[in-house]
Amino acid sequence: MKSNMADMVFEGLLRIADDNLILGHRTSEWCGHAPTLEEDLALPNIALDLIGHAQTLYCLACEINSRYKNEDQLAFLRLEHEYKNLLLVEQENGDFGNTVLRLFYFSTFMKYFWERVKIKCCFKKLKEFSEKAFLETSYHSKYASQWVITLGDGTDESNLKMSNAIANLEPFLGELFNNDDFTEMCSQNDFLPEPTSIFDSWKNEVEAILQKGNLDFPDIILKKRGGRKGEHSEAFGYLLSDLQYMQRAYPNSSW
Amino acid sequence: MAREQNEKIASLEAFQEKIDRDEKIEPKDSMPEAYRKTLIRQIGQHAHSEVVGMLPEGNWITRAPTLRRKLSLLAKVQDEAGHGLYLYCAAETLGKSRMEMTQELLSGKAKYSSIFNYPTPTWADIGAIGWLVDGAAIMNQIPLCRCSYGPYARAMIRICKEESFHQRQGYEIMLTLSRGTKAQKEMAQRALNRWWWPSVMMFGPSDADSPNTENSVKWKIKRYTNDELRQKFVDAIVPQAEKIGLTVPDKDLKWDKKRNNGQGGYAYGEINWDEFWRVVRGDGPMNNERISAKQKAWNEGSWVRAAAHAHAIKKQTALQAAE
Repeated sequence: MKSNMADMVFEGLLRIADDNLILGHRTSEWCGHAPTLEEDLALPNIALDLIGHAQTLYCLACEINSRYKNEDQLAFLRLEHEYKNLLLVEQENGDFGNTVLRLFYFSTFMKYFWERVKIKCCFKKLKEFSEKAFLETSYHSKYASQWVITLGDGTDESNLKMSNAIANLEPFLGELFNNDDFTEMCSQNDFLPEPTSIFDSWKNEVEAILQKGNLDFPDIILKKRGGRKGEHSEAFGYLLSDLQYMQRAYPNSSW
Repeated sequence: MAREQNEKIASLEAFQEKIDRDEKIEPKDSMPEAYRKTLIRQIGQHAHSEVVGMLPEGNWITRAPTLRRKLSLLAKVQDEAGHGLYLYCAAETLGKSRMEMTQELLSGKAKYSSIFNYPTPTWADIGAIGWLVDGAAIMNQIPLCRCSYGPYARAMIRICKEESFHQRQGYEIMLTLSRGTKAQKEMAQRALNRWWWPSVMMFGPSDADSPNTENSVKWKIKRYTNDELRQKFVDAIVPQAEKIGLTVPDKDLKWDKKRNNGQGGYAYGEINWDEFWRVVRGDGPMNNERISAKQKAWNEGSWVRAAAHAHAIKKQTALQAAE
């Protein structure tokens, strides 16, 4: 792989891996604290998939960039500005409704993302991985969509909480669909689809689900952004202090 | 009156004969009330232990040191939620609902394994729990795969397979730590010091002080007494600790060739039963925290459960209207 191509693939893999790791981390915080035992089983299961995706993608990134010797160095030992995840995924969980709505937004996006990678991707190993990733994110999207409908439709209280969650997450959705010079380059080289190309499929599905839950589709304009450039929210520092604690406190150890 | 009495005795005898023939008791079979009660209590406590046990380990998911360890821990804690589900289902076959059992857990009426009232301050505690706590659980649970009550025995077969995987995982964490840096070895030893005695206590009071044992053995719910299982556990763990260079924190521990009917086994020191009963009664290091966490999750989730209920009714009504 030529060096500019390698840089592109590395950066592209990091963006997706970081999104998955950080949302997996947030989802795993629910373990033992969910509203039902079934959800106590489902949420760690989804976190397991998300962090598993991150692990595979970091491993692929290490094969491309020899500066990083293994996936853990990427996951645990970068500085805050070196993580490229969306601001959406690093926000605190909020209540169960906010958690499942965010999961629904993100996993529906990723479902269409992987579907496109499956059809076209110049990086063969990612194309192969997309088969499994597509199936798993489809399941996450389905699981979360059922909760969005249930909570939207359930009681006045649950409908209000879901409307609040929609308002709460609205400022972060623009970044999900934001094209930049990098995403354009990825698309021109048949590496990754442009985020805007996913918008219509995503909107159709999300709008239909929200409607079933008597909920309004949010305005999607670019408001809060910065994650892709490594500019994060305050909450992210606390997340990293948990995530990185062991690797920072006991450097150069095997686990 | 005398006739009723005779019938009762005859049916108890028939039940005992069935047990003695090693036939399984199934949910719709007749069974003595005390048998039913004992099983509901035992399976319920077991289910609660799985669910509360998610907390001390869940505590380390976000801080696990590598992705591989994080994924294994997530999978393990998820298995525990699954065990909780099967066990509540097994108990429900005896006529008590999961809701009732949950309320008893949250109100403090129902017990769960006291071991989960100890804290997990370091990563090594995750290794120690897998190795010792799951190890002790397996000693207790393998005989339960042959328990006389069918649904419980069948649930235990799957649970034991998963628990034995967890135990190997825990031991492997301790092995890695013991081969690591000085700080890692010390972390492992301190965790063993913390978890050893509470694990030895997991088998419950000595046989002399265990009021439920006699009937449970007679009904083949239990196949070994608490002290027999405790001995098996100590005999299994001591050489494993030696192998990875860790010291079991018991100065009285020594090989005693008279144990196990002359086959030899480890003699161990006096168990601090005051501590055991103190933790059982609610005064352990984490009793309040564990129950408060479960109460908080339950209370904060009430709007979600209410919404799910309301949505299900709306769906059903719409379906009926369409028919």
